[in-house]
Amino acid sequence: MNFITDVCGEIMMFFQNIGQEFYLNFIKDNRWEYIAKGLGVTLEVTFFAVLVGVFLGFIVAIIRSTYDKTGQLKGLNFLCNVYLTVIRGTPVVVQLLIIYFVIFGSVRIDKVVVAVIAFGINSGAYVAEIVRGGIMSIDQGQFEAGRSLGFDYIQTMIYIILPQALKNVLPALGNEFIVLLKETSVAGYIALQDLTKAGDIIRSETYSPMMPLLAVAVIYLTFVMMLSFLIKQLERRLRNSER
Amino acid sequence: MNVDEKVILTEENIVKTEKETQSDAQPLISVRGLKKSFDNIDVLKGIDIDIHQGEVVFVVGPSGSGKSTFLRCLNRLEEPTGGVILFEGEDITDKRTNINLHRQKMGMVFQQFNLFPHMTILKNLTIGSMKLQGKSFEEAKSEAMRLLERVGLADRANAYPNQLSGGQKQRIAIVRALCMKPDVMLFDEPTSALDPEMVGEVLSVMRELAEEKMTMVVVTHEMAFAKEVASRVLFIDEGKILEEAEPVTFFENPKSERLKSFLAKVL
Repeated sequence: MNFITDVCGEIMMFFQNIGQEFYLNFIKDNRWEYIAKGLGVTLEVTFFAVLVGVFLGFIVAIIRSTYDKTGQLKGLNFLCNVYLTVIRGTPVVVQLLIIYFVIFGSVRIDKVVVAVIAFGINSGAYVAEIVRGGIMSIDQGQFEAGRSLGFDYIQTMIYIILPQALKNVLPALGNEFIVLLKETSVAGYIALQDLTKAGDIIRSETYSPMMPLLAVAVIYLTFVMMLSFLIKQLERRLRNSER
Repeated sequence: MNVDEKVILTEENIVKTEKETQSDAQPLISVRGLKKSFDNIDVLKGIDIDIHQGEVVFVVGPSGSGKSTFLRCLNRLEEPTGGVILFEGEDITDKRTNINLHRQKMGMVFQQFNLFPHMTILKNLTIGSMKLQGKSFEEAKSEAMRLLERVGLADRANAYPNQLSGGQKQRIAIVRALCMKPDVMLFDEPTSALDPEMVGEVLSVMRELAEEKMTMVVVTHEMAFAKEVASRVLFIDEGKILEEAEPVTFFENPKSERLKSFLAKVL
């Protein structure tokens, strides 16, 4: 009997504690605002970095696959190779720090912009290789059919090759966006208050790590799951159009 | 400026070709000393031939003889390494000519169909004339539907290529090339990838084209069809035209030993 009341007491205490913890970490001093603002920054950085990454990635992919197919654009292909090697060969945190402290070291610039540039350039390298793989996977006959109708190289790319390539690489591309969303969590290194940094600030104020960090994790997870769901829907719609 | 000049030039040439076709003088395609080598292997070792308006030229030969390469050089899908190709009086091997304009006048049909799988049949047929010849969707569509009607596939206009059989795909591929209103049709083994029972439907479309005096160059293994439809048959072996003749002479009185033994194997 004693034992059971003890356990009940413990459980009661635990829930009481949770209530107190929740109050301490999120309600008191409006600490939830850190999380809300941090989430806003994370989404903003991710969104614009995706745009920069896709733009860079497509250009690099087209240059590289043009070189692979025709042997033209040798100089540009070399530059693209340097870009891919450097970006994929160094940690994203180091790239972020270099861009913030070295490249923009002497100018005042919004940290969000720095993060967008750093993560965009980083993501572009991975997008480029994904898209190039997609372009190279399209049968050469598709290319010849386009050219034989009278389309030039660029038109064939735009109307015939890229739409098919994009459909093939959509899962990999979606995965890259998910990785990017999570990768922005290192933005705290340049003292940008993103979602992760927000959780960490609360922890350092309340000395209670569990609540804020779990909350941050749950929010990331929710957004990643929503993204995967959207990508799956898109994939299904694109696939339906071929059957 | 350059573009304008080119347009005027082409128009003059078209007028010229029309005039001279009436007098049956200038060939539509004129090939001189055509050479093609891949790395160090000479695939074509000097091909000379004139193809006139309305001719149906069949090209036969053993595999690896260079007959497909010859066909693909005609619209520069393969870049010739030597020689000259005059198409409608213009040297299309010249780097300065805009090959894309000439390709619109040279329809090509591939062994593997190469329809665009991400577009409906109708889009496959209209995209070329809409994007390249500035036709409105209505114009392009009515032309596409007219041709689809002729090959008996009008009901499949909104289907996707993967929903069609091989024979249907190849008929669509022929229509796609015809939608550009070409002056010559190039066929690269159009029935080689088809199940036997589907060969007939594709051949009958080609037969109709030949009867309408479409200029055609056909690489094929269908000897019986060549005998029936061709106005001239070429035998290519080891990168050269070994023999060319009217189909009857070609098949019944072959001159060279090489052609005799080839025909003995395939007939």
